[in-house]
Amino acid sequence: MSTSTVIGPGRLSPGQMLAPTPGALLRRRVFGHRSLMFGIIVLGLMLLMAFGAWFIAPHDPYAQSLATRRMPPIWHAWFWDDPKATWDHVLGTDKVGRDYLSRLIYGARISLLIGVATMLLSGIIGTTLGVLAGYFGGRVDLVVTFLITTRLSMPVVLVALAVVALYGSSLEVVILVLGFLLWDRFAVVMRSVTMQARSLDYVTAAQAIGCSTSYIVVREILPNILNSLVVVATVEMANAILLEAALSFLGLGVQPPLPSWGLMLSEAKEDMFFSPWMITLPGICLFMLVLSINLLGDGVRDVTAPENRN
Amino acid sequence: MLAYSLKRLVLAFLVVLTVSGITFTLTNAAIDPAKALAGESATAGDIEAIRKAYGFDRSYLVQYFDWLGGALTGEFGESFRMRRPVATLLAERLPVTMTLGLCALAFALLVSIPLGVVAALKPNSGVDRVALSISVLGQALPTFWFALMMIILFGVVLRWLPISGSDTWLHFVMPSIALGYYATPAFMRLTRAGMIEVLASDYIRTARAKGLRAPTVLFKHALRNAIIPVVSLAAVQFGFMLGGSVVIETIFALHGVGFLAWESISRSDIPVVQAIVLLISLFYIVLTLLADLLNAYLDPRIRVA
Repeated sequence: MSTSTVIGPGRLSPGQMLAPTPGALLRRRVFGHRSLMFGIIVLGLMLLMAFGAWFIAPHDPYAQSLATRRMPPIWHAWFWDDPKATWDHVLGTDKVGRDYLSRLIYGARISLLIGVATMLLSGIIGTTLGVLAGYFGGRVDLVVTFLITTRLSMPVVLVALAVVALYGSSLEVVILVLGFLLWDRFAVVMRSVTMQARSLDYVTAAQAIGCSTSYIVVREILPNILNSLVVVATVEMANAILLEAALSFLGLGVQPPLPSWGLMLSEAKEDMFFSPWMITLPGICLFMLVLSINLLGDGVRDVTAPENRN
Repeated sequence: MLAYSLKRLVLAFLVVLTVSGITFTLTNAAIDPAKALAGESATAGDIEAIRKAYGFDRSYLVQYFDWLGGALTGEFGESFRMRRPVATLLAERLPVTMTLGLCALAFALLVSIPLGVVAALKPNSGVDRVALSISVLGQALPTFWFALMMIILFGVVLRWLPISGSDTWLHFVMPSIALGYYATPAFMRLTRAGMIEVLASDYIRTARAKGLRAPTVLFKHALRNAIIPVVSLAAVQFGFMLGGSVVIETIFALHGVGFLAWESISRSDIPVVQAIVLLISLFYIVLTLLADLLNAYLDPRIRVA
């Protein structure tokens, strides 16, 4: 009916009369944040690659073929008229004839798996220690601070390399070792934000009406330190991905034939002077993944920071 | 100051004790040192003989304190692989790693402090944004991949720099950049934040008001105060760089402690691995201790709290 579309003073819906809702404001901040949007889109593409690898990848990432070893990527056909470059292997093949594009696509799985699993493990350890230290203070804080200092004084790369080498290198060992090495930042940040949250009025109020300590920590403190937690989680996830790549590159991370980007770089090292693209491509994948995670973290910090509201 | 120093010293000592305990336990629990020493063709009798001869049959705690006592007097045992004292090996390799670490730190500071100062002079300007973008991109760059890319560009395509070895100072250029650039964003942000805060303070306004020239105000009055936190970060970062040298030294075949660590780890040469982990931890602990004491000396608020 045409009469119902007429806008008059009495026909406004409640939403039109009020200021934008908090949700609408948040959406506006998120969509207006260019680097955050870039991070979300790239990370989304990486996740798509990881989950849909079996569907997207043109070849089996493990299938070797003597006839198609070290084929150059397609742009060698465009710029240098290289007859060996074909559309069948768009990004070429490695030294045992495995399709490079398919290996890169499957590689996203390994990096993301290591990143997420390590982040969860170190996040649980670090957040527990940090929240306990921040909430209880006193002796608990002293012990946790000591643990953090001890952890910080152990060189991460060296200890990770040594432990992985001595205990056998596999995906599980790498995740466990990195998880037990990367909790320090969680503990440091969670400790300080919990200390701040503890002295706020609503916590005092909860204590006054007789809430249990576990109730206060889980229901009052945790929701209010969640944004700091997300930011640290992205930093540590990126860190774990870079460390796994470095360990695998040194031959002491995950083992062949897994298509880890770090391992691909290690395998391509001997060909780097004649086929530099073999070194370039996995590095670009690593760079884009880590960049998108970092931008996501920075963006979340920007849009949730209280001083950025209004 | 004395009470604070004592407290800090006790903490450092406890950390050394814990780190050494963890290092010793992790390395010794992983593989049987007697088997590693005997080699693959050894019989059960041989292994037993070696276990007795080297004292691996003693109780765990006795072995640990024996090792720690030796370590404190600079005696780390003998390398399984090279049959030479670990202390001699480390003494040979340490200068290369120290040179690399210092060059990397110098590179990081030389790049980041000027950038931080310029960015702070005009916050949110074009220069500030470019500096910020560089730091965001740099933080996502895998160190070892950046090193490989430099080797391809400067070593192979342009042929400006040697790509492996440690004979001349030219051999240290690429490794220092590869190791140092990762610390630049942190230094830059700290310098920028410090400078912005200091430049807004009253004593800078006073210095300007009494007619001092702009460079004098900037360098003598502002930068001097803004740089104090950078000094303690530099101590921490130098410790991290010594630990991170294992990757860079392996790529560039620089014969330093990091390369020795990688060789020893790949071949289960436990005494060397233990000594290097302990040594680098010790460096970090001493550096942060010194930085904390220096800060407490400079800023009385720290030692009272």
